[in-house]
Amino acid sequence: MLAQFGFGVLVLTFLLALFSAGAAISGYFSKSDRWVESSRRALQLTFLLISLSALTLIYMLATGHYEVEYVYSVSSLNMPLYLKITALWGGQAGSLILWSWLMSAFATAVTMRKWERDREFLPWVVAVTAITLAFFLSLSIFFDNPFTRLWQTISGQVSPSMFAPAGSTLYVPSDGQGLNEFLRHPGMIFHPPMLYLGFVGFVIPYAFGIAALVTGRTDDRWIRITRRWTLVAWLFLSIGLVLGMRWAYDVLGWGGYWSWDPVEIAALMPWLAGTPFLHSVIIQEKRGMLKQWNMLLIILTYSLVIFGTFLTRSGVLSSVHAFSESAFSPIFFIFIGLTFAISIGLLIYRWGDLRAEGEMKSLLSREALFLLNNLLFFGILIVCFWGVVFPLISEVVTGQQLTVGPPFYLRATGPLWAALLALMGIAPLSAWGYSTLKTIGRAAWKPSIPTLLVTVVLYVSNVRNWIALLGFTLVSWVIFITLYEFWRGARARQKVQGENFFTAISRLTVRNRRRYGGYIIHLAMVSMALGILGINLYQTQTQQTLAVGQEIQISGYTLRYDSLAQFPYVDGRQVTRAVLSVFKGGELLGELHPRYDVYPDGVSMTIPGIRSTMADDLYVVLVNWENVSVEQTPFKVYHNPLVNWLWIGSAIFVLGYLVAAWPEKEEILSEK
Amino acid sequence: MQPSPNTGKRGRTKFIVGGFLILAAVVYLIFSSTQANAQYFMTIDELHAKSASLVGRSLRISGAVVGSSIQFNPNSQNLTFDIANVPGDNATIAAQGGLAKVLHVAVTDPTDRRLSVIYNGPKPDLMRDEAQAIITGHLDTDGVFHADELLLKCPTKYQEAVPSQVSGN
Repeated sequence: MLAQFGFGVLVLTFLLALFSAGAAISGYFSKSDRWVESSRRALQLTFLLISLSALTLIYMLATGHYEVEYVYSVSSLNMPLYLKITALWGGQAGSLILWSWLMSAFATAVTMRKWERDREFLPWVVAVTAITLAFFLSLSIFFDNPFTRLWQTISGQVSPSMFAPAGSTLYVPSDGQGLNEFLRHPGMIFHPPMLYLGFVGFVIPYAFGIAALVTGRTDDRWIRITRRWTLVAWLFLSIGLVLGMRWAYDVLGWGGYWSWDPVEIAALMPWLAGTPFLHSVIIQEKRGMLKQWNMLLIILTYSLVIFGTFLTRSGVLSSVHAFSESAFSPIFFIFIGLTFAISIGLLIYRWGDLRAEGEMKSLLSREALFLLNNLLFFGILIVCFWGVVFPLISEVVTGQQLTVGPPFYLRATGPLWAALLALMGIAPLSAWGYSTLKTIGRAAWKPSIPTLLVTVVLYVSNVRNWIALLGFTLVSWVIFITLYEFWRGARARQKVQGENFFTAISRLTVRNRRRYGGYIIHLAMVSMALGILGINLYQTQTQQTLAVGQEIQISGYTLRYDSLAQFPYVDGRQVTRAVLSVFKGGELLGELHPRYDVYPDGVSMTIPGIRSTMADDLYVVLVNWENVSVEQTPFKVYHNPLVNWLWIGSAIFVLGYLVAAWPEKEEILSEK
Repeated sequence: MQPSPNTGKRGRTKFIVGGFLILAAVVYLIFSSTQANAQYFMTIDELHAKSASLVGRSLRISGAVVGSSIQFNPNSQNLTFDIANVPGDNATIAAQGGLAKVLHVAVTDPTDRRLSVIYNGPKPDLMRDEAQAIITGHLDTDGVFHADELLLKCPTKYQEAVPSQVSGN
């Protein structure tokens, strides 16, 4: 009963979303406010309905309705409750429901805002979000239904179907297969919802962009309304990406966090379009420029969001991400193609209205440097897109599939990332309208002195890799310039207001949240860059087979192998765990416990022992080998310098975001 | 901020030239990096057909892991295993009953062409019988594939979720 109920509600949600889109569009053309209002109510109702459907599925996951194929495949009796619930996004069919659920939540939230000043946008915002929602619901209903049940014929054949096939009875397995062991990790529990929140969040600014194009109200109103939505989407997408990296680092046991896998790139691409969008809307607000470009960026971001969902959900590209093959490829292509073509058509139609109000004159002005930032991000996006589609293109052109791997991405994007770092240094020092090398040089020379000092110290202490020298120089340059900017602003306030330094800094930040929050985010980015440079350039590794009592030396550390234990854990897995003592310069620093678990179904999981400091990580893998013994235990050890700054950077990032996006007092008043 | 026609034109040229330089740089980066790093992605059958001409080149091969062949040498920490040929084309795989089925058939069919692989490093968790392996490396003159990178997929956990034949009830 529950399965039919959940499915029925899902179908109703789909019909309601279609109705909402239709009512909004016809309301717009017939200028009927009642139809528009009805479409808005309908969209809000979809949230209630899909919540009901999703909660039904969660209830079945939690209570073990294994007659439902999806529940059978991702849930099992011995899983703790929180895993049974999060199994909602442990497989493809459930992930799609989560996508629609979040989409509906965002769409509903946006219809709740006060619309008096922007009434003309409403029908198109409703229509765009409702159509997107209806598209994803249709995938669930027609292609990957999570409520499909198992049926058994008299001859014993079991097959999945929504409704009872003739002559068969419901088949109820006594237990499910359970969630993939690799997904039973906090990083994996929060990574998909965060990523999806980021994905669906970008649909809102896109919907407003389309509304602006259709209605012809192409001033910067749509951008001002969606500023906060865009920031929220960007925050979640960024956190989602970092959580995925952290999960890979903690769980996959190969010493890294990012492998330039097509699915990773699919999630990165919307970020690569959304980040320049975030920057260039500032130029539109302040200078009335780049309007066409902003439209193009948000259209691209939306298409990449859909494309990203499609790549993770189809069998087009081979990837470590397991859920893949399915039948939706053509439908996705049609949807992406249609929405892209219509959006670009609208953009061309309004092209003249979106002309810049002013002209860029100076190549070093703030707006020109923002444009450069946009082009660099766009360049990285093109590199990534090329890398993902290259196998398909090469096969069509030459008949032989060619692929590119991590070395391609590192080589092609490296110089662009470096240029972005340099830009993060220069841009805050440039002025709106007009800057020259001279004016920037005057502002930059002070923070450049300590930067140069860092470079010299590095060189003297034998850092001779030019990429490292350049990278670390740029990182310290951005840090010094950013701190200098804070200091300069605070000094000015001190002089005028007579405040003490700390009051001055905090008031300064609060008065210009977006600017100084942005600077904090820049510091977060260089912190992450530091970690990435460290692990990419200086990772060392060794693999040795030891007997208890023997030692491994790596990068100044000594690891002594103390003991080995093998024991069963309560949930049935067999744990093999080694204990190693870490020494540096003869001093005991602590213990590491690398282990591998073998589950009853034969799945094994290697969990590295990691010791993190600000300077470096020691990352020890106990090699999964069936003949492991105290006399012969194979280990693989990585030394990952500076990688911790990658995770520290993501924490600073959230802080900077909060500073930038916290509602201003005046804004709260004016919204009311 | 009133642009005189003269400066406006000069300003625009400046930006157009700048834009082209960046575009050219990106295009150069993409093409040179592709040229330096492109690898053939092939099946074992395709590899066999032109193996002589491919010795030493950077290749990416897809196949099914033959569980019984997996061996780990604790002294050298070398992992050796065989992979069996699976078709490279998604449509063919779908026509033959899905990836899990194709992998199963490849491993159990003794006539299916196989490739010996050697990899220096620990056995990945996903490395087991009938997993799909995508390996990057080069072919040696002795016909053994030296892998630098292993990617593994286990479709069974997700896709073959349903037991096709249940006995006893």
